[in-house]
Amino acid sequence: MLKILKYSFFDLMRSRWSYVYFAFYLLLGVVLLFLNNDLSKAVITLMNVIIVLVPLIGTIFGVMYYYNSKEFTELLLAQPLKRSSIFLGQYLGVALSLSISLILGLGIPFVFYGLFESSAIWDFSLLLVTGTFLTLIFTALAFNIAMSNENKIKGFGYAILLWLFLAIIYDGLFLMTLIMFEDYPLDKVSLIGTMLNPIDLSRTLILLKLDISALLGYTGAVFKQFFGTSFGLIISFVMLAIWVALPVLRIVFKSKKKDF
Amino acid sequence: MVNIEGLHKKFGKNHVLSGLDLTINEGGIFAVLGPNGSGKTTLIKSILGMVIPDKGDISVLGKNIKKKSEYRHQIDYLPQIANFPSNLKVRELIKMIKDLRQNTDTDLHLIKLFKLEPFLDKKLGTLSGGTKQKVNIVLTFMFDSPLIILDEPTTGLDPISLIRLKDLIQAEKAKGKTILITSHIMSFVEEVSDEIVFLLEGKIYFRGTISELKTKTNQPDFEHAIASILTDNHA
Repeated sequence: MLKILKYSFFDLMRSRWSYVYFAFYLLLGVVLLFLNNDLSKAVITLMNVIIVLVPLIGTIFGVMYYYNSKEFTELLLAQPLKRSSIFLGQYLGVALSLSISLILGLGIPFVFYGLFESSAIWDFSLLLVTGTFLTLIFTALAFNIAMSNENKIKGFGYAILLWLFLAIIYDGLFLMTLIMFEDYPLDKVSLIGTMLNPIDLSRTLILLKLDISALLGYTGAVFKQFFGTSFGLIISFVMLAIWVALPVLRIVFKSKKKDF
Repeated sequence: MVNIEGLHKKFGKNHVLSGLDLTINEGGIFAVLGPNGSGKTTLIKSILGMVIPDKGDISVLGKNIKKKSEYRHQIDYLPQIANFPSNLKVRELIKMIKDLRQNTDTDLHLIKLFKLEPFLDKKLGTLSGGTKQKVNIVLTFMFDSPLIILDEPTTGLDPISLIRLKDLIQAEKAKGKTILITSHIMSFVEEVSDEIVFLLEGKIYFRGTISELKTKTNQPDFEHAIASILTDNHA
Protein backbone atom coordinates (compact mmCIF):
# COMPACT_ATOMS: atom_id res chain seq x y z
CA MET A 1 0.00 0.00 0.00
CA LEU A 2 2.83 2.38 0.81
CA LYS A 3 4.25 2.05 -2.70
CA ILE A 4 0.90 2.91 -4.27
CA LEU A 5 0.54 5.79 -1.83
CA LYS A 6 3.97 7.03 -2.83
CA TYR A 7 3.22 6.94 -6.56
CA SER A 8 -0.23 8.53 -6.22
CA PHE A 9 1.17 11.20 -3.93
CA PHE A 10 4.05 12.14 -6.24
CA ASP A 11 1.77 11.99 -9.23
CA LEU A 12 -0.51 14.55 -7.58
CA MET A 13 2.33 16.63 -6.25
CA ARG A 14 3.45 17.13 -9.83
CA SER A 15 0.02 18.12 -11.02
CA ARG A 16 -0.79 21.78 -11.50
CA TRP A 17 -3.94 21.63 -9.37
CA SER A 18 -2.13 20.86 -6.15
CA TYR A 19 -0.14 24.05 -6.65
CA VAL A 20 -3.22 26.08 -7.49
CA TYR A 21 -4.87 24.82 -4.32
CA PHE A 22 -1.74 25.52 -2.28
CA ALA A 23 -1.33 28.99 -3.82
CA PHE A 24 -4.95 29.82 -3.09
CA TYR A 25 -4.56 29.12 0.62
CA LEU A 26 -1.25 30.94 0.71
CA LEU A 27 -2.84 34.00 -0.83
CA LEU A 28 -5.87 33.78 1.44
CA GLY A 29 -3.65 33.50 4.51
CA VAL A 30 -1.46 36.43 3.51
CA VAL A 31 -4.38 38.69 2.61
CA LEU A 32 -6.31 37.92 5.77
CA LEU A 33 -3.36 38.40 8.07
CA PHE A 34 -1.70 41.43 6.64
CA LEU A 35 -4.78 43.41 5.64
CA ASN A 36 -6.60 42.62 8.84
CA ASN A 37 -4.59 42.85 11.98
CA ASP A 38 -6.92 40.92 14.23
CA LEU A 39 -5.77 37.32 14.41
CA SER A 40 -8.94 35.82 15.84
CA LYS A 41 -11.09 37.57 13.21
CA ALA A 42 -8.79 36.15 10.57
CA VAL A 43 -9.31 32.68 12.04
CA ILE A 44 -13.10 33.11 11.89
CA THR A 45 -13.01 34.22 8.27
CA LEU A 46 -10.72 31.32 7.47
CA MET A 47 -13.09 28.97 9.21
CA ASN A 48 -15.98 30.13 7.03
CA VAL A 49 -13.93 29.57 3.91
CA ILE A 50 -12.50 26.22 5.01
CA ILE A 51 -15.80 24.76 6.15
CA VAL A 52 -17.30 25.22 2.70
CA LEU A 53 -14.30 24.97 0.42
CA VAL A 54 -12.40 21.99 1.86
CA PRO A 55 -15.33 19.58 1.43
CA LEU A 56 -15.97 20.88 -2.09
CA ILE A 57 -12.36 20.49 -3.21
CA GLY A 58 -12.05 17.11 -1.47
CA THR A 59 -15.16 15.81 -3.25
CA ILE A 60 -14.22 17.10 -6.68
CA PHE A 61 -10.56 16.05 -6.47
CA GLY A 62 -11.50 12.62 -5.17
CA VAL A 63 -13.97 11.92 -7.96
CA MET A 64 -11.68 13.41 -10.61
CA TYR A 65 -8.64 11.47 -9.46
CA TYR A 66 -10.51 8.19 -9.35
CA TYR A 67 -11.82 8.56 -12.89
CA ASN A 68 -8.55 9.90 -14.27
CA SER A 69 -6.45 7.13 -12.81
CA LYS A 70 -8.62 4.35 -14.18
CA GLU A 71 -5.83 3.22 -16.50
CA PHE A 72 -3.28 3.28 -13.72
CA THR A 73 -5.65 1.24 -11.56
CA GLU A 74 -6.12 -1.38 -14.28
CA LEU A 75 -2.38 -1.62 -14.71
CA LEU A 76 -1.98 -2.17 -10.97
CA LEU A 77 -4.77 -4.75 -10.79
CA ALA A 78 -2.82 -7.11 -13.05
CA GLN A 79 0.17 -6.91 -10.69
CA PRO A 80 0.54 -9.03 -7.58
CA LEU A 81 -1.03 -6.42 -5.31
CA LYS A 82 -3.99 -6.62 -2.98
CA ARG A 83 -7.04 -4.76 -4.20
CA SER A 84 -7.62 -3.02 -0.91
CA SER A 85 -4.06 -1.71 -0.86
CA ILE A 86 -4.41 -0.32 -4.39
CA PHE A 87 -7.50 1.70 -3.52
CA LEU A 88 -6.49 2.72 -0.03
CA GLY A 89 -3.11 3.80 -1.38
CA GLN A 90 -4.76 5.98 -4.00
CA TYR A 91 -7.23 7.41 -1.52
CA LEU A 92 -4.52 8.31 0.98
CA GLY A 93 -2.42 9.77 -1.84
CA VAL A 94 -5.20 12.21 -2.74
CA ALA A 95 -6.25 12.98 0.82
CA LEU A 96 -2.70 13.56 2.04
CA SER A 97 -1.67 15.77 -0.84
CA LEU A 98 -4.78 17.91 -0.34
CA SER A 99 -4.17 18.09 3.42
CA ILE A 100 -0.58 19.11 2.88
CA SER A 101 -1.61 21.88 0.46
CA LEU A 102 -4.02 23.13 3.12
CA ILE A 103 -1.65 22.91 6.07
CA LEU A 104 1.33 24.45 4.28
CA GLY A 105 -0.73 27.03 2.41
CA LEU A 106 -2.26 28.40 5.59
CA GLY A 107 0.58 27.54 7.92
CA ILE A 108 3.36 29.44 6.15
CA PRO A 109 1.77 32.93 6.31
CA PHE A 110 0.71 32.34 9.92
CA VAL A 111 4.19 31.28 10.96
CA PHE A 112 5.61 34.44 9.39
CA TYR A 113 2.99 36.50 11.15
CA GLY A 114 4.26 35.20 14.46
CA LEU A 115 1.79 32.50 15.30
CA PHE A 116 4.03 30.77 17.81
CA GLU A 117 4.03 33.81 20.11
CA SER A 118 0.32 34.35 19.80
CA SER A 119 -2.45 32.89 21.91
CA ALA A 120 -4.38 31.95 18.78
CA ILE A 121 -2.16 28.95 18.14
CA TRP A 122 -4.71 26.49 19.58
CA ASP A 123 -7.58 27.94 17.62
CA PHE A 124 -5.46 27.82 14.54
CA SER A 125 -4.35 24.23 15.14
CA LEU A 126 -7.96 23.19 15.68
CA LEU A 127 -8.80 24.83 12.37
CA LEU A 128 -6.13 22.82 10.57
CA VAL A 129 -7.05 19.57 12.32
CA THR A 130 -10.73 19.89 11.39
CA GLY A 131 -9.71 20.93 7.87
CA THR A 132 -7.66 17.74 7.56
CA PHE A 133 -10.53 15.66 8.93
CA LEU A 134 -12.91 17.22 6.41
CA THR A 135 -10.46 16.45 3.59
CA LEU A 136 -10.20 12.81 4.71
CA ILE A 137 -13.97 12.48 5.04
CA PHE A 138 -14.98 14.06 1.76
CA THR A 139 -12.26 12.42 -0.32
CA ALA A 140 -13.38 9.05 1.05
CA LEU A 141 -17.03 9.84 0.26
CA ALA A 142 -16.00 10.92 -3.24
CA PHE A 143 -14.13 7.65 -3.81
CA ASN A 144 -17.23 5.77 -2.71
CA ILE A 145 -19.40 7.63 -5.19
CA ALA A 146 -16.89 7.20 -8.02
CA MET A 147 -16.50 3.47 -7.34
CA SER A 148 -20.25 2.92 -7.45
CA ASN A 149 -20.75 4.87 -10.68
CA GLU A 150 -19.05 3.88 -13.91
CA ASN A 151 -20.57 6.92 -15.62
CA LYS A 152 -18.38 9.95 -14.94
CA ILE A 153 -21.13 12.54 -15.41
CA LYS A 154 -23.38 10.72 -12.94
CA GLY A 155 -20.49 10.35 -10.51
CA PHE A 156 -19.70 14.07 -10.63
CA GLY A 157 -23.38 14.91 -10.29
CA TYR A 158 -23.84 12.79 -7.18
CA ALA A 159 -20.62 14.13 -5.67
CA ILE A 160 -21.71 17.75 -6.11
CA LEU A 161 -25.17 16.90 -4.75
CA LEU A 162 -23.62 15.31 -1.69
CA TRP A 163 -21.55 18.40 -1.03
CA LEU A 164 -24.53 20.69 -1.61
CA PHE A 165 -26.63 18.61 0.76
CA LEU A 166 -24.16 18.51 3.62
CA ALA A 167 -22.89 22.07 3.22
CA ILE A 168 -26.16 23.90 2.61
CA ILE A 169 -29.40 21.90 2.36
CA TYR A 170 -28.85 20.01 5.61
CA ASP A 171 -28.64 23.27 7.55
CA GLY A 172 -31.82 24.52 5.95
CA LEU A 173 -33.75 21.36 6.83
CA PHE A 174 -32.25 21.38 10.30
CA LEU A 175 -33.31 24.97 10.91
CA MET A 176 -36.81 24.28 9.62
CA THR A 177 -37.23 21.34 11.98
CA LEU A 178 -36.07 23.51 14.85
CA ILE A 179 -38.63 26.19 13.96
CA MET A 180 -41.47 23.69 13.49
CA PHE A 181 -40.85 22.03 16.83
CA GLU A 182 -39.86 25.15 18.75
CA ASP A 183 -42.40 24.40 21.48
CA TYR A 184 -40.50 21.29 22.48
CA PRO A 185 -37.14 21.01 24.21
CA LEU A 186 -34.67 20.70 21.37
CA ASP A 187 -31.28 20.62 23.06
CA LYS A 188 -30.67 16.95 22.42
CA VAL A 189 -32.12 16.98 18.91
CA SER A 190 -29.93 19.87 17.85
CA LEU A 191 -26.88 18.29 19.43
CA ILE A 192 -27.48 15.03 17.59
CA GLY A 193 -28.31 16.87 14.37
CA THR A 194 -25.01 18.68 14.57
CA MET A 195 -23.10 15.50 15.26
CA LEU A 196 -24.54 13.79 12.19
CA ASN A 197 -23.12 16.28 9.73
CA PRO A 198 -19.33 16.58 9.66
CA ILE A 199 -19.47 20.13 8.32
CA ASP A 200 -21.78 21.35 11.11
CA LEU A 201 -19.74 19.47 13.66
CA SER A 202 -16.53 21.15 12.54
CA ARG A 203 -18.12 24.57 12.48
CA THR A 204 -19.55 24.21 15.98
CA LEU A 205 -16.27 22.93 17.33
CA ILE A 206 -14.34 25.93 16.03
CA LEU A 207 -16.96 28.51 16.96
CA LEU A 208 -17.08 27.29 20.53
CA LYS A 209 -13.33 27.18 20.77
CA LEU A 210 -13.24 30.80 19.66
CA ASP A 211 -15.47 31.67 22.59
CA ILE A 212 -18.12 33.48 20.63
CA SER A 213 -20.83 31.07 21.72
CA ALA A 214 -22.67 33.95 23.36
CA LEU A 215 -23.75 34.85 19.85
CA LEU A 216 -25.61 31.58 19.65
CA GLY A 217 -28.07 32.34 22.46
CA TYR A 218 -29.62 29.61 24.58
CA THR A 219 -28.63 26.77 22.22
CA GLY A 220 -25.13 28.17 22.34
CA ALA A 221 -25.13 27.74 26.09
CA VAL A 222 -26.24 24.12 25.78
CA PHE A 223 -23.64 23.52 23.10
CA LYS A 224 -20.96 25.21 25.13
CA GLN A 225 -21.84 22.94 28.03
CA PHE A 226 -21.34 19.94 25.79
CA PHE A 227 -18.65 20.79 23.25
CA GLY A 228 -16.76 23.11 25.57
CA THR A 229 -15.86 20.29 27.92
CA SER A 230 -13.07 17.90 27.17
CA PHE A 231 -15.68 15.13 27.06
CA GLY A 232 -17.53 16.94 24.29
CA LEU A 233 -14.29 17.56 22.44
CA ILE A 234 -13.37 13.89 22.57
CA ILE A 235 -16.84 12.80 21.44
CA SER A 236 -16.65 15.25 18.54
CA PHE A 237 -13.32 13.91 17.39
CA VAL A 238 -14.60 10.36 17.76
CA MET A 239 -17.54 11.32 15.55
CA LEU A 240 -15.20 12.82 12.94
CA ALA A 241 -13.07 9.68 13.08
CA ILE A 242 -16.19 7.55 12.52
CA TRP A 243 -17.04 9.75 9.55
CA VAL A 244 -13.62 8.88 8.12
CA ALA A 245 -13.73 5.20 9.04
CA LEU A 246 -17.14 4.30 7.58
CA PRO A 247 -16.50 5.43 4.00
CA VAL A 248 -12.96 4.01 4.11
CA LEU A 249 -14.35 0.63 5.17
CA ARG A 250 -16.79 0.78 2.31
CA ILE A 251 -13.91 1.49 -0.10
CA VAL A 252 -12.20 -1.71 1.10
CA PHE A 253 -15.44 -3.68 0.93
CA LYS A 254 -16.44 -2.37 -2.50
CA SER A 255 -12.96 -2.84 -3.97
CA LYS A 256 -13.10 -6.56 -3.29
CA LYS A 257 -16.29 -7.04 -5.30
CA LYS A 258 -15.77 -4.78 -8.27
CA ASP A 259 -15.10 -5.95 -11.83
CA PHE A 260 -12.66 -4.17 -14.11
CA MET B 1 -1.35 -24.79 -15.38
CA VAL B 2 -4.78 -23.19 -15.39
CA ASN B 3 -7.91 -25.07 -14.41
CA ILE B 4 -11.37 -23.55 -14.74
CA GLU B 5 -14.56 -25.25 -13.61
CA GLY B 6 -18.13 -24.10 -14.16
CA LEU B 7 -17.33 -20.43 -14.62
CA HIS B 8 -20.36 -18.12 -14.69
CA LYS B 9 -20.34 -14.38 -15.10
CA LYS B 10 -23.02 -11.91 -16.02
CA PHE B 11 -22.90 -8.18 -16.36
CA GLY B 12 -26.40 -6.94 -15.64
CA LYS B 13 -28.67 -9.16 -17.73
CA ASN B 14 -25.93 -10.10 -20.13
CA HIS B 15 -24.63 -13.64 -19.51
CA VAL B 16 -21.06 -13.41 -20.75
CA LEU B 17 -19.78 -16.73 -19.46
CA SER B 18 -22.18 -19.55 -18.74
CA GLY B 19 -20.64 -22.64 -17.25
CA LEU B 20 -17.24 -22.60 -18.88
CA ASP B 21 -14.81 -25.46 -18.17
CA LEU B 22 -11.27 -25.27 -19.40
CA THR B 23 -7.98 -26.92 -18.57
CA ILE B 24 -4.78 -25.53 -19.96
CA ASN B 25 -1.75 -27.77 -19.65
CA GLU B 26 1.75 -26.61 -19.08
CA GLY B 27 3.81 -25.52 -22.07
CA GLY B 28 2.65 -24.36 -25.49
CA ILE B 29 0.70 -21.56 -27.07
CA PHE B 30 -3.08 -21.48 -26.73
CA ALA B 31 -5.24 -19.12 -28.72
CA VAL B 32 -8.63 -18.13 -27.33
CA LEU B 33 -10.87 -17.16 -30.24
CA GLY B 34 -14.45 -16.11 -30.67
CA PRO B 35 -16.65 -13.35 -32.09
CA ASN B 36 -16.92 -9.96 -30.41
CA GLY B 37 -18.64 -10.25 -27.08
CA SER B 38 -18.08 -13.98 -26.75
CA GLY B 39 -16.31 -13.57 -23.42
CA LYS B 40 -12.63 -13.80 -24.34
CA THR B 41 -11.54 -10.78 -22.37
CA THR B 42 -13.84 -11.66 -19.48
CA LEU B 43 -12.28 -15.13 -19.35
CA ILE B 44 -8.77 -13.68 -19.29
CA LYS B 45 -9.69 -11.07 -16.71
CA SER B 46 -11.24 -13.78 -14.54
CA ILE B 47 -7.96 -15.70 -14.58
CA LEU B 48 -6.21 -12.49 -13.57
CA GLY B 49 -8.71 -11.79 -10.81
CA MET B 50 -9.78 -8.47 -12.34
CA VAL B 51 -13.28 -9.79 -12.92
CA ILE B 52 -14.87 -11.63 -9.99
CA PRO B 53 -16.83 -14.68 -11.23
CA ASP B 54 -20.41 -15.19 -10.04
CA LYS B 55 -19.89 -18.95 -9.80
CA GLY B 56 -17.13 -21.44 -10.49
CA ASP B 57 -13.56 -22.10 -9.51
CA ILE B 58 -10.32 -21.05 -11.11
CA SER B 59 -6.95 -22.39 -10.10
CA VAL B 60 -3.58 -21.32 -11.39
CA LEU B 61 -0.59 -23.61 -10.80
CA GLY B 62 -2.75 -25.85 -8.66
CA LYS B 63 -3.97 -23.14 -6.27
CA ASN B 64 -7.43 -21.60 -6.10
CA ILE B 65 -7.09 -17.90 -6.89
CA LYS B 66 -10.15 -16.64 -5.03
CA LYS B 67 -9.31 -13.57 -2.93
CA LYS B 68 -5.60 -13.99 -3.55
CA SER B 69 -3.11 -11.70 -5.21
CA GLU B 70 0.28 -13.37 -4.80
CA TYR B 71 -0.31 -15.83 -7.64
CA ARG B 72 -0.07 -12.93 -10.09
CA HIS B 73 3.71 -13.10 -9.60
CA GLN B 74 3.44 -16.12 -11.89
CA ILE B 75 1.57 -14.28 -14.64
CA ASP B 76 2.70 -11.69 -17.20
CA TYR B 77 -0.27 -9.89 -18.70
CA LEU B 78 -0.49 -7.72 -21.79
CA PRO B 79 -3.75 -5.74 -21.63
CA GLN B 80 -5.84 -5.13 -24.71
CA ILE B 81 -5.52 -1.42 -25.27
CA ALA B 82 -2.45 0.09 -23.74
CA ASN B 83 -3.84 2.89 -21.61
CA PHE B 84 -1.18 4.17 -19.30
CA PRO B 85 -1.13 7.13 -16.92
CA SER B 86 -0.47 9.88 -19.45
CA ASN B 87 1.72 12.18 -17.38
CA LEU B 88 4.32 9.51 -16.63
CA LYS B 89 7.49 9.07 -18.66
CA VAL B 90 8.24 5.67 -20.23
CA ARG B 91 11.34 5.29 -18.06
CA GLU B 92 9.37 6.09 -14.91
CA LEU B 93 6.63 3.63 -15.77
CA ILE B 94 9.11 0.79 -16.31
CA LYS B 95 10.87 1.68 -13.07
CA MET B 96 7.58 1.80 -11.19
CA ILE B 97 6.41 -1.61 -12.40
CA LYS B 98 9.79 -3.09 -11.49
CA ASP B 99 9.51 -1.52 -8.08
CA LEU B 100 6.05 -3.07 -7.62
CA ARG B 101 7.04 -6.53 -8.80
CA GLN B 102 10.70 -7.36 -8.80
CA ASN B 103 13.91 -6.06 -10.27
CA THR B 104 15.05 -7.30 -13.66
CA ASP B 105 17.47 -6.39 -16.42
CA THR B 106 15.56 -7.96 -19.30
CA ASP B 107 13.92 -4.61 -20.04
CA LEU B 108 17.19 -3.19 -21.42
CA HIS B 109 17.34 -5.93 -24.02
CA LEU B 110 13.66 -5.48 -24.92
CA ILE B 111 13.98 -1.70 -25.20
CA LYS B 112 16.81 -2.19 -27.65
CA LEU B 113 14.89 -4.85 -29.56
CA PHE B 114 11.89 -2.59 -30.12
CA LYS B 115 14.03 0.53 -30.60
CA LEU B 116 12.39 2.41 -27.75
CA GLU B 117 15.47 4.34 -26.58
CA PRO B 118 14.39 7.66 -28.16
CA PHE B 119 11.05 7.47 -26.31
CA LEU B 120 12.31 6.72 -22.82
CA ASP B 121 12.07 10.34 -21.66
CA LYS B 122 8.78 11.10 -23.41
CA LYS B 123 5.48 11.14 -21.61
CA LEU B 124 3.18 8.21 -22.29
CA GLY B 125 0.34 10.52 -23.31
CA THR B 126 2.35 11.81 -26.28
CA LEU B 127 3.20 8.39 -27.75
CA SER B 128 1.49 6.89 -30.79
CA GLY B 129 -0.67 3.78 -30.45
CA GLY B 130 1.98 1.47 -31.85
CA THR B 131 4.72 2.85 -29.61
CA LYS B 132 2.47 2.47 -26.58
CA GLN B 133 1.91 -1.13 -27.57
CA LYS B 134 5.68 -1.66 -27.73
CA VAL B 135 6.03 -0.23 -24.22
CA ASN B 136 3.22 -2.56 -23.21
CA ILE B 137 5.15 -5.52 -24.66
CA VAL B 138 8.33 -4.52 -22.81
CA LEU B 139 6.38 -4.32 -19.53
CA THR B 140 4.90 -7.77 -20.14
CA PHE B 141 7.96 -9.67 -21.27
CA MET B 142 10.49 -8.20 -18.85
CA PHE B 143 9.52 -10.61 -16.09
CA ASP B 144 10.21 -14.29 -16.30
CA SER B 145 6.88 -15.83 -15.32
CA PRO B 146 5.65 -19.30 -16.28
CA LEU B 147 2.28 -18.06 -17.60
CA ILE B 148 1.97 -15.29 -20.18
CA ILE B 149 -1.39 -13.84 -21.19
CA LEU B 150 -1.56 -11.67 -24.30
CA ASP B 151 -4.80 -9.86 -25.15
CA GLU B 152 -4.69 -8.69 -28.78
CA PRO B 153 -0.89 -8.35 -28.82
CA THR B 154 -0.60 -7.29 -32.47
CA THR B 155 -2.67 -4.10 -32.21
CA GLY B 156 -0.92 -1.17 -33.90
CA LEU B 157 2.40 -2.91 -34.50
CA ASP B 158 4.39 -2.34 -37.70
CA PRO B 159 5.60 -5.40 -39.68
CA ILE B 160 9.11 -5.42 -38.19
CA SER B 161 7.83 -5.22 -34.63
CA LEU B 162 5.33 -7.93 -35.42
CA ILE B 163 8.13 -10.24 -36.53
CA ARG B 164 10.07 -9.44 -33.36
CA LEU B 165 6.99 -10.13 -31.26
CA LYS B 166 6.53 -13.52 -32.91
CA ASP B 167 10.19 -14.36 -32.27
CA LEU B 168 9.77 -13.29 -28.69
CA ILE B 169 6.71 -15.49 -28.25
CA GLN B 170 8.52 -18.49 -29.77
CA ALA B 171 11.54 -17.89 -27.53
CA GLU B 172 9.31 -17.90 -24.46
CA LYS B 173 7.61 -21.07 -25.65
CA ALA B 174 11.00 -22.73 -26.07
CA LYS B 175 11.63 -22.03 -22.39
CA GLY B 176 8.64 -24.23 -21.64
CA LYS B 177 6.21 -21.45 -20.74
CA THR B 178 2.47 -21.46 -21.22
CA ILE B 179 1.19 -18.64 -23.41
CA LEU B 180 -2.44 -17.64 -23.76
CA ILE B 181 -3.32 -15.38 -26.70
CA THR B 182 -6.48 -13.74 -27.98
CA SER B 183 -6.49 -12.19 -31.42
CA HIS B 184 -8.73 -11.39 -34.35
CA ILE B 185 -5.85 -11.66 -36.81
CA MET B 186 -6.33 -15.22 -38.03
CA SER B 187 -3.03 -15.46 -39.91
CA PHE B 188 -1.20 -14.55 -36.70
CA VAL B 189 -3.10 -17.15 -34.70
CA GLU B 190 -2.51 -19.80 -37.35
CA GLU B 191 1.19 -19.07 -37.37
CA VAL B 192 1.88 -19.07 -33.65
CA SER B 193 -0.64 -21.23 -31.86
CA ASP B 194 -0.42 -24.93 -31.02
CA GLU B 195 -4.00 -25.32 -29.92
CA ILE B 196 -7.11 -23.17 -30.16
CA VAL B 197 -10.11 -22.73 -27.92
CA PHE B 198 -13.17 -21.29 -29.63
CA LEU B 199 -15.69 -19.50 -27.44
CA LEU B 200 -19.27 -18.99 -28.47
CA GLU B 201 -21.95 -17.45 -26.26
CA GLY B 202 -19.98 -17.96 -23.11
CA LYS B 203 -19.16 -21.62 -23.68
CA ILE B 204 -16.39 -23.55 -25.35
CA TYR B 205 -17.57 -24.47 -28.80
CA PHE B 206 -14.41 -26.11 -30.05
CA ARG B 207 -11.09 -27.09 -28.63
CA GLY B 208 -8.22 -28.70 -30.54
CA THR B 209 -5.57 -28.05 -33.13
CA ILE B 210 -6.12 -25.98 -36.24
CA SER B 211 -6.05 -29.03 -38.53
CA GLU B 212 -8.75 -30.69 -36.42
CA LEU B 213 -10.87 -27.57 -36.88
CA LYS B 214 -10.38 -27.66 -40.63
CA THR B 215 -11.49 -31.31 -40.76
CA LYS B 216 -14.48 -30.65 -38.54
CA THR B 217 -15.77 -27.75 -40.60
CA ASN B 218 -14.70 -29.17 -43.97
CA GLN B 219 -12.92 -25.98 -44.93
CA PRO B 220 -9.51 -25.85 -46.61
CA ASP B 221 -8.15 -22.85 -44.72
CA PHE B 222 -8.30 -21.62 -41.16
CA GLU B 223 -9.96 -18.27 -41.79
CA HIS B 224 -12.86 -19.89 -43.60
CA ALA B 225 -13.15 -22.57 -40.96
CA ILE B 226 -13.68 -19.88 -38.32
CA ALA B 227 -16.08 -18.01 -40.59
CA SER B 228 -18.11 -21.16 -41.17
CA ILE B 229 -18.58 -21.68 -37.42
CA LEU B 230 -19.86 -18.12 -37.13
CA THR B 231 -22.24 -18.29 -40.11
CA ASP B 232 -23.61 -21.69 -39.04
CA ASN B 233 -24.41 -20.33 -35.62
CA HIS B 234 -25.68 -16.90 -36.48
CA ALA B 235 -27.36 -17.36 -39.86
